[in-house]
Amino acid sequence: MSFLRVLAIPGQALERLAGRVLPASWRRSPWLFLAPMLIVLAVVAAWPLIRTIWLGFTDANLLQMDKAKWVGLDNYTGKGGLLHQKEWWLSVKNTLWFTLLTVSIETVLGMIVALVLHRTFPGRGIVRAAVLIPWAIPTVVSAKMWSWMLNDQFGVINHILLGLGIIDAPKAWTADPALLMPSLVMVDVWKTTPFMSLLILAALQMLPKECYEAAQLDGVHPVKVFFRVTLPLIRPALMVAIIFRALDAIRIFDLIQVLNGTRPQTMSMSIFARQQLIDFQEVGYGSAASTLLFFIVALLTVVYVVAGRVKLGER
Amino acid sequence: MTARAAIKKSLFYLLVAAIVLYAVFPFYYAIISSLKSGTELFRPDLFPMSWSFDNYVGVFRDNPFATNIGNSVIVAFATVALSLFVGLTAAYALARMRFRGRSFLLMAVLGVSMFPQVAVLSGMFQLIRALGFYNHLYGLVLSYMIFTLPFTVWVLTTFMRDLPKELEEAAILDGASRWTILTRVFMPLMWPALVTTGLLAFIAAWNEFLFALTFTLTNNVRTVPVGIALMSGASAHELPWGNIMAASVIVTLPLVGLVLIFQRRIVSGLTAGAVKG
Repeated sequence: MSFLRVLAIPGQALERLAGRVLPASWRRSPWLFLAPMLIVLAVVAAWPLIRTIWLGFTDANLLQMDKAKWVGLDNYTGKGGLLHQKEWWLSVKNTLWFTLLTVSIETVLGMIVALVLHRTFPGRGIVRAAVLIPWAIPTVVSAKMWSWMLNDQFGVINHILLGLGIIDAPKAWTADPALLMPSLVMVDVWKTTPFMSLLILAALQMLPKECYEAAQLDGVHPVKVFFRVTLPLIRPALMVAIIFRALDAIRIFDLIQVLNGTRPQTMSMSIFARQQLIDFQEVGYGSAASTLLFFIVALLTVVYVVAGRVKLGER
Repeated sequence: MTARAAIKKSLFYLLVAAIVLYAVFPFYYAIISSLKSGTELFRPDLFPMSWSFDNYVGVFRDNPFATNIGNSVIVAFATVALSLFVGLTAAYALARMRFRGRSFLLMAVLGVSMFPQVAVLSGMFQLIRALGFYNHLYGLVLSYMIFTLPFTVWVLTTFMRDLPKELEEAAILDGASRWTILTRVFMPLMWPALVTTGLLAFIAAWNEFLFALTFTLTNNVRTVPVGIALMSGASAHELPWGNIMAASVIVTLPLVGLVLIFQRRIVSGLTAGAVKG
């Protein structure tokens, strides 16, 4: 029964055996199996990214992309280049402000929802399903639903707020320049809090019960338990959730495009870049903006991962 | 039960009710609005006085909405099939084979998932035009790989890594090829992970807007999100809200259904990459 003994040899020995006894094709096979993914990623990720960065150094126009001429750093530092353009900086400011606001509100709300769902109570399954609904609704649809609810004349939000006496005159949520950003943040928070709360809930459910029991026996106040025990323990998972959400928020496009179009008050970096690329057909200039967005995202990820000492990737 | 405990308990349920109301109300209101016709639509009642399906008829009559739905279905299924095939083969190599550069590849795949879509937009646009895919559904399926592949590969790799080694070893000794091991031994065990990643890829493809808006030009290839975003009425200031709400309900109901049925799988898929990190 030598076969059985071979079976009992774990991992490495078998690999070595496989290398010696089995045909050479076995050693090549990792790359064979990786080939489809490598090809697809090269085509849809690597090439378009490199191409976009290159186009950022040219004066390419949408209608004549082949006639692009190399213009060096003109799109960045030249006269009228991105670094000198007020609209670009406004979009950077808007995006960062939007990210900061939404991610912090979502983290707090998500935490509350997660703590509620972490307790056992009748109907918990239904509540969890209900919480998932905003996540499942397509972004375009939630933008339309909310702009209907926020409509200044016929919107239900104004109706309810007037009825409760919170406001004394209808507000133009989607028209008043001062309210555009708050409305946008409100809709985004509604849409993305489920994701946050699910990630936090998953982290909570992996915590050892002993810590709580010990704390309970010692009669420690629940609020204190939360800040001293729970929060430090879920911190790594929370950091990962915050990175994920922040990276999503920085790239925001759909929601703003459908809610407010290219209005300056809520213009994000993605909106700015696409407007240049497609609406104004300035592919070179738009690509430069896209490239900057890419490097801002990359830089923030690196800074955040290093500063938070979060281990992304393999355990 | 003491009075204090009773108060605590009712406050807790009040909080639960508030959470449910907050999560569900907008969708509820969209359904209510879609069932109101004529001038009733413009009265913000919380319950419909009468039921009418005019808007549901209208959305198909006034817009190429049936075509949009067909396109979305084709694109979403093709995206799921392609990303599962590519993801499964890659995951097999990444999870069960030893080779140089494995961790680097995993990190690179994770890196791709952080690409802003706009960062590749102009390069992708040129690629799609060069391949002759502009204003074709193929272009959408191909470009959607950039966001479906990373999580498909990650979730499938994580899942496959935890399968028992003995199965594979027995098959090796029986002289099975790698391909046979993947399709005959592992795949039957992978259904939970395949369903999860398939669902997530389906939802992502069904909801995608930026590429669908940029790489299509005519109504016959537009997908649902673009169709809804571009619905307009007689004038720019009179959006056909009734039709838009009906369309929104139609495209959202299947998703809400999927989410309710596959709740656990979706949650485990969403959290797999993040929490274990």
